[in-house]
Amino acid sequence: MKLFVKYDYDLVCKTVLKEQLDALNISHTHTTQGEVKIHDTINETTREQLVAALGRYGIQILSNPKETLVERIKNTINDLLNNKDLRTVKVSSYLSDTLLYSYAHLSTVFSESTYTSIENYMILKKVDLVKERICNSDLTLTEIAYQLDYSSVAHLSGQFKKTTGLTPSSFQKIMKNKNI
Amino acid sequence: MSEMLLNIVLADDDEDDRMLFSEAIDEIQIRTKLSLFNHGQELMDYLNLPNVVLPSLIFLDLNMPIKNGQQCLIEIRSNPRLKDLCVAIYSTSSSEKDIEDTFLNGANIYVNKPNNFGKLREVVEKVLQLNWQYHTSNLNKETFLFRI
Repeated sequence: MKLFVKYDYDLVCKTVLKEQLDALNISHTHTTQGEVKIHDTINETTREQLVAALGRYGIQILSNPKETLVERIKNTINDLLNNKDLRTVKVSSYLSDTLLYSYAHLSTVFSESTYTSIENYMILKKVDLVKERICNSDLTLTEIAYQLDYSSVAHLSGQFKKTTGLTPSSFQKIMKNKNI
Repeated sequence: MSEMLLNIVLADDDEDDRMLFSEAIDEIQIRTKLSLFNHGQELMDYLNLPNVVLPSLIFLDLNMPIKNGQQCLIEIRSNPRLKDLCVAIYSTSSSEKDIEDTFLNGANIYVNKPNNFGKLREVVEKVLQLNWQYHTSNLNKETFLFRI
Protein backbone atom coordinates (compact mmCIF):
# COMPACT_ATOMS: atom_id res chain seq x y z
CA MET A 1 0.00 0.00 0.00
CA LYS A 2 1.15 3.52 -0.70
CA LEU A 3 0.28 6.70 1.10
CA PHE A 4 0.58 10.03 -0.62
CA VAL A 5 1.54 12.96 1.54
CA LYS A 6 1.87 16.65 0.96
CA TYR A 7 3.89 18.84 3.31
CA ASP A 8 3.74 22.43 4.33
CA TYR A 9 7.49 23.14 4.68
CA ASP A 10 6.98 26.37 6.49
CA LEU A 11 4.76 24.82 9.10
CA VAL A 12 7.06 21.82 9.51
CA CYS A 13 10.06 24.05 10.19
CA LYS A 14 8.17 26.26 12.58
CA THR A 15 6.79 23.30 14.49
CA VAL A 16 10.19 21.63 14.78
CA LEU A 17 11.76 24.87 15.99
CA LYS A 18 9.01 25.41 18.52
CA GLU A 19 9.17 21.85 19.86
CA GLN A 20 12.94 21.95 20.25
CA LEU A 21 12.97 25.34 21.92
CA ASP A 22 10.14 24.30 24.23
CA ALA A 23 11.95 21.08 25.10
CA LEU A 24 14.87 23.13 26.39
CA ASN A 25 12.52 25.50 28.19
CA ILE A 26 13.59 28.49 26.15
CA SER A 27 10.93 31.13 26.12
CA HIS A 28 10.68 32.53 22.59
CA THR A 29 8.53 33.99 19.84
CA HIS A 30 8.85 33.21 16.18
CA THR A 31 8.88 36.66 14.66
CA THR A 32 9.40 36.19 10.96
CA GLN A 33 10.58 33.56 8.54
CA GLY A 34 13.94 32.47 9.85
CA GLU A 35 14.03 34.66 12.90
CA VAL A 36 13.34 33.60 16.44
CA LYS A 37 13.37 35.97 19.33
CA ILE A 38 14.67 34.54 22.58
CA HIS A 39 13.25 36.37 25.57
CA ASP A 40 16.05 35.62 28.00
CA THR A 41 19.69 35.13 27.24
CA ILE A 42 20.72 31.49 27.02
CA ASN A 43 23.93 30.09 28.43
CA GLU A 44 26.61 28.30 26.47
CA THR A 45 25.48 24.76 27.43
CA THR A 46 21.89 25.36 26.44
CA ARG A 47 23.07 26.94 23.23
CA GLU A 48 25.12 23.84 22.39
CA GLN A 49 22.18 21.59 23.16
CA LEU A 50 20.02 23.71 20.92
CA VAL A 51 22.56 23.65 18.09
CA ALA A 52 22.73 19.86 18.37
CA ALA A 53 18.96 19.42 18.61
CA LEU A 54 18.27 21.61 15.60
CA GLY A 55 21.19 20.11 13.67
CA ARG A 56 19.34 16.78 13.52
CA TYR A 57 16.70 18.48 11.40
CA GLY A 58 19.17 20.38 9.28
CA ILE A 59 18.45 23.69 10.96
CA GLN A 60 21.46 25.89 11.64
CA ILE A 61 21.77 28.92 13.82
CA LEU A 62 23.25 31.71 11.77
CA SER A 63 25.56 34.22 13.24
CA ASN A 64 26.24 36.79 10.61
CA PRO A 65 29.78 37.99 11.36
CA LYS A 66 29.29 41.28 9.54
CA GLU A 67 26.24 42.25 11.52
CA THR A 68 27.89 41.27 14.76
CA LEU A 69 30.79 43.54 13.85
CA VAL A 70 28.46 46.43 13.04
CA GLU A 71 26.87 46.07 16.48
CA ARG A 72 30.31 46.14 18.07
CA ILE A 73 31.22 49.29 16.14
CA LYS A 74 28.02 50.98 17.30
CA ASN A 75 28.66 49.97 20.91
CA THR A 76 32.20 51.29 20.77
CA ILE A 77 30.98 54.59 19.35
CA ASN A 78 28.43 54.85 22.16
CA ASP A 79 31.16 54.25 24.74
CA LEU A 80 33.26 56.87 23.08
CA LEU A 81 30.49 59.46 23.19
CA ASN A 82 29.56 58.68 26.77
CA ASN A 83 33.07 58.77 28.17
CA LYS A 84 34.60 62.19 28.72
CA ASP A 85 38.18 60.95 28.82
CA LEU A 86 37.95 59.29 25.45
CA ARG A 87 36.78 62.37 23.56
CA THR A 88 40.21 63.61 22.77
CA VAL A 89 41.27 60.43 20.97
CA LYS A 90 40.82 60.08 17.27
CA VAL A 91 37.73 58.07 16.41
CA SER A 92 39.31 56.05 13.64
CA SER A 93 42.29 54.96 15.68
CA TYR A 94 40.17 54.26 18.74
CA LEU A 95 37.85 52.01 16.72
CA SER A 96 40.64 50.10 15.05
CA ASP A 97 42.58 49.75 18.32
CA THR A 98 39.55 48.47 20.19
CA LEU A 99 38.15 46.16 17.55
CA LEU A 100 41.46 45.08 16.06
CA TYR A 101 40.54 45.70 12.44
CA SER A 102 41.80 48.39 10.12
CA TYR A 103 39.56 51.45 9.97
CA ALA A 104 39.14 50.97 6.23
CA HIS A 105 37.71 47.50 6.82
CA LEU A 106 35.42 48.66 9.62
CA SER A 107 34.20 51.54 7.53
CA THR A 108 33.42 49.33 4.52
CA VAL A 109 31.56 46.72 6.56
CA PHE A 110 29.60 49.44 8.35
CA SER A 111 28.53 51.23 5.18
CA GLU A 112 27.58 47.98 3.49
CA SER A 113 25.10 46.92 6.09
CA THR A 114 23.74 50.15 7.52
CA TYR A 115 23.35 52.37 4.43
CA THR A 116 25.29 55.10 6.17
CA SER A 117 28.87 55.89 7.11
CA ILE A 118 30.49 55.70 10.54
CA GLU A 119 30.86 59.50 10.47
CA ASN A 120 27.17 60.03 9.74
CA TYR A 121 26.16 57.54 12.39
CA MET A 122 28.29 59.39 14.93
CA ILE A 123 26.69 62.70 14.05
CA LEU A 124 23.21 61.18 14.32
CA LYS A 125 24.07 59.64 17.66
CA LYS A 126 25.59 62.85 18.94
CA VAL A 127 22.55 64.86 17.89
CA ASP A 128 20.45 62.23 19.67
CA LEU A 129 22.40 62.96 22.86
CA VAL A 130 21.83 66.69 22.37
CA LYS A 131 18.10 66.02 21.95
CA GLU A 132 18.03 63.94 25.08
CA ARG A 133 19.74 66.66 27.09
CA ILE A 134 17.49 69.37 25.69
CA CYS A 135 14.44 67.38 26.81
CA ASN A 136 15.58 65.97 30.10
CA SER A 137 17.73 68.61 31.70
CA ASP A 138 17.77 72.29 32.43
CA LEU A 139 21.15 72.74 30.81
CA THR A 140 21.57 75.64 28.43
CA LEU A 141 22.74 74.97 24.90
CA THR A 142 26.12 76.44 25.79
CA GLU A 143 26.52 73.90 28.57
CA ILE A 144 25.38 71.05 26.34
CA ALA A 145 27.81 72.14 23.64
CA TYR A 146 30.63 72.17 26.18
CA GLN A 147 29.70 68.74 27.58
CA LEU A 148 29.60 67.12 24.18
CA ASP A 149 32.78 68.79 22.94
CA TYR A 150 31.38 71.10 20.31
CA SER A 151 33.74 73.98 19.66
CA SER A 152 30.88 76.47 20.02
CA VAL A 153 27.12 76.78 20.37
CA ALA A 154 27.03 77.90 16.77
CA HIS A 155 28.62 74.64 15.69
CA LEU A 156 26.13 72.63 17.73
CA SER A 157 23.16 74.58 16.37
CA GLY A 158 24.49 74.29 12.84
CA GLN A 159 24.94 70.54 13.06
CA PHE A 160 21.58 70.13 14.75
CA LYS A 161 19.81 72.13 12.06
CA LYS A 162 21.63 70.38 9.26
CA THR A 163 20.86 66.92 10.62
CA THR A 164 17.29 67.31 11.84
CA GLY A 165 16.01 70.24 9.76
CA LEU A 166 14.92 71.94 12.96
CA THR A 167 16.67 74.49 15.10
CA PRO A 168 17.38 73.42 18.68
CA SER A 169 14.88 75.99 19.95
CA SER A 170 12.04 74.92 17.66
CA PHE A 171 12.75 71.31 18.61
CA GLN A 172 12.60 72.24 22.26
CA LYS A 173 9.32 74.09 21.74
CA ILE A 174 7.73 71.13 19.94
CA MET A 175 8.83 68.63 22.59
CA LYS A 176 7.56 70.88 25.35
CA ASN A 177 4.13 71.28 23.77
CA LYS A 178 3.98 67.61 22.88
CA ASN A 179 4.38 66.46 26.45
CA ILE A 180 1.63 68.62 27.89
CA MET B 1 24.07 44.67 1.42
CA SER B 2 21.56 43.71 4.01
CA GLU B 3 18.92 41.26 2.85
CA MET B 4 16.13 42.81 4.83
CA LEU B 5 13.13 44.03 2.88
CA LEU B 6 11.52 47.20 4.20
CA ASN B 7 7.76 47.48 4.09
CA ILE B 8 6.71 51.00 3.15
CA VAL B 9 3.24 52.43 2.58
CA LEU B 10 2.20 55.69 0.95
CA ALA B 11 -1.23 57.30 1.14
CA ASP B 12 -1.67 60.05 -1.43
CA ASP B 13 -4.73 60.96 -3.50
CA ASP B 14 -2.72 62.26 -6.47
CA GLU B 15 -2.01 59.50 -8.96
CA ASP B 16 1.04 61.23 -10.49
CA ASP B 17 2.59 61.73 -7.09
CA ARG B 18 2.11 58.07 -6.24
CA MET B 19 3.70 57.02 -9.51
CA LEU B 20 6.72 59.30 -9.13
CA PHE B 21 7.20 58.19 -5.56
CA SER B 22 7.21 54.54 -6.48
CA GLU B 23 9.69 55.16 -9.31
CA ALA B 24 11.96 57.05 -6.93
CA ILE B 25 11.87 54.30 -4.34
CA ASP B 26 12.69 51.68 -6.97
CA GLU B 27 15.87 53.51 -7.87
CA ILE B 28 17.45 53.63 -4.45
CA GLN B 29 19.70 51.08 -2.85
CA ILE B 30 17.60 50.00 0.10
CA ARG B 31 15.32 47.12 -0.83
CA THR B 32 11.69 47.95 -0.26
CA LYS B 33 8.19 46.70 -0.80
CA LEU B 34 5.82 49.60 -1.40
CA SER B 35 2.04 49.53 -0.95
CA LEU B 36 -0.02 52.45 -2.24
CA PHE B 37 -3.32 53.85 -0.99
CA ASN B 38 -5.59 56.48 -2.53
CA HIS B 39 -6.72 58.15 0.65
CA GLY B 40 -6.50 57.99 4.42
CA GLN B 41 -9.50 55.76 4.97
CA GLU B 42 -8.11 53.14 2.63
CA LEU B 43 -4.84 53.17 4.56
CA MET B 44 -6.53 52.91 7.95
CA ASP B 45 -8.72 50.02 6.76
CA TYR B 46 -5.56 48.24 5.66
CA LEU B 47 -3.67 48.88 8.92
CA ASN B 48 -6.65 47.64 10.90
CA LEU B 49 -6.85 44.30 9.11
CA PRO B 50 -6.27 41.63 11.76
CA ASN B 51 -3.33 39.77 10.19
CA VAL B 52 -1.59 42.55 8.34
CA VAL B 53 2.20 42.84 8.44
CA LEU B 54 2.70 46.33 9.80
CA PRO B 55 4.91 48.58 7.67
CA SER B 56 8.15 49.95 9.04
CA LEU B 57 7.43 53.36 7.60
CA ILE B 58 4.27 55.24 6.55
CA PHE B 59 4.26 58.22 4.19
CA LEU B 60 1.16 60.36 4.60
CA ASP B 61 -0.05 63.18 2.39
CA LEU B 62 -1.84 65.88 4.38
CA ASN B 63 -4.63 66.93 2.03
CA MET B 64 -6.66 63.92 1.01
CA PRO B 65 -10.39 63.36 0.54
CA ILE B 66 -12.47 61.26 2.97
CA LYS B 67 -9.77 61.13 5.64
CA ASN B 68 -6.84 63.53 5.67
CA GLY B 69 -3.30 63.00 6.91
CA GLN B 70 -3.76 64.66 10.28
CA GLN B 71 -6.79 62.50 11.07
CA CYS B 72 -4.88 59.34 10.12
CA LEU B 73 -1.93 60.42 12.24
CA ILE B 74 -4.12 61.00 15.29
CA GLU B 75 -5.82 57.63 14.78
CA ILE B 76 -2.49 55.85 14.42
CA ARG B 77 -1.04 57.42 17.55
CA SER B 78 -4.10 56.64 19.63
CA ASN B 79 -4.20 52.97 18.63
CA PRO B 80 -1.99 50.83 20.90
CA ARG B 81 -1.23 48.42 18.07
CA LEU B 82 -0.11 51.15 15.68
CA LYS B 83 1.25 53.86 17.90
CA ASP B 84 4.92 52.88 17.52
CA LEU B 85 4.93 52.98 13.73
CA CYS B 86 7.20 55.52 12.11
CA VAL B 87 5.19 58.17 10.27
CA ALA B 88 6.58 60.58 7.69
CA ILE B 89 4.36 63.40 6.45
CA TYR B 90 4.74 63.96 2.74
CA SER B 91 3.10 67.21 1.75
CA THR B 92 3.39 70.28 -0.45
CA SER B 93 2.45 72.51 2.45
CA SER B 94 5.32 74.38 4.04
CA SER B 95 3.20 76.35 6.47
CA GLU B 96 4.84 76.41 9.87
CA LYS B 97 1.50 75.71 11.50
CA ASP B 98 0.97 72.50 9.52
CA ILE B 99 4.47 71.37 10.36
CA GLU B 100 4.16 72.08 14.03
CA ASP B 101 0.71 70.48 14.22
CA THR B 102 1.92 67.27 12.62
CA PHE B 103 4.84 67.04 15.03
CA LEU B 104 2.55 67.65 17.96
CA ASN B 105 0.24 64.92 16.69
CA GLY B 106 3.18 62.52 16.65
CA ALA B 107 4.76 62.62 13.19
CA ASN B 108 8.42 61.61 13.08
CA ILE B 109 9.52 63.18 9.83
CA TYR B 110 8.13 66.08 7.83
CA VAL B 111 8.99 66.00 4.14
CA ASN B 112 8.19 68.80 1.71
CA LYS B 113 7.30 67.27 -1.64
CA PRO B 114 10.21 68.22 -3.85
CA ASN B 115 9.51 69.66 -7.28
CA ASN B 116 11.88 67.54 -9.32
CA PHE B 117 12.58 63.85 -9.61
CA GLY B 118 16.28 63.89 -8.68
CA LYS B 119 15.50 65.74 -5.49
CA LEU B 120 12.63 63.38 -4.71
CA ARG B 121 14.91 60.38 -4.94
CA GLU B 122 17.41 62.06 -2.66
CA VAL B 123 14.77 62.92 -0.09
CA VAL B 124 13.21 59.44 -0.09
CA GLU B 125 16.63 57.89 0.33
CA LYS B 126 17.41 60.16 3.25
CA VAL B 127 14.14 59.30 5.00
CA LEU B 128 14.70 55.57 4.52
CA GLN B 129 18.25 55.83 5.87
CA LEU B 130 17.08 57.69 8.94
CA ASN B 131 14.28 55.24 9.49
CA TRP B 132 16.74 52.38 9.10
CA GLN B 133 19.03 53.84 11.76
CA TYR B 134 16.14 54.24 14.15
CA HIS B 135 15.11 50.64 13.59
CA THR B 136 18.52 49.10 13.97
CA SER B 137 20.36 51.27 16.49
CA ASN B 138 19.37 52.25 19.90
CA LEU B 139 18.43 55.83 19.23
CA ASN B 140 15.72 57.49 21.27
CA LYS B 141 12.37 57.10 19.45
CA GLU B 142 10.74 59.66 21.73
CA THR B 143 12.76 62.40 20.11
CA PHE B 144 12.61 61.05 16.56
CA LEU B 145 11.81 64.36 14.82
CA PHE B 146 13.21 65.43 11.47
CA ARG B 147 12.28 67.95 8.87
CA ILE B 148 13.64 67.39 5.39
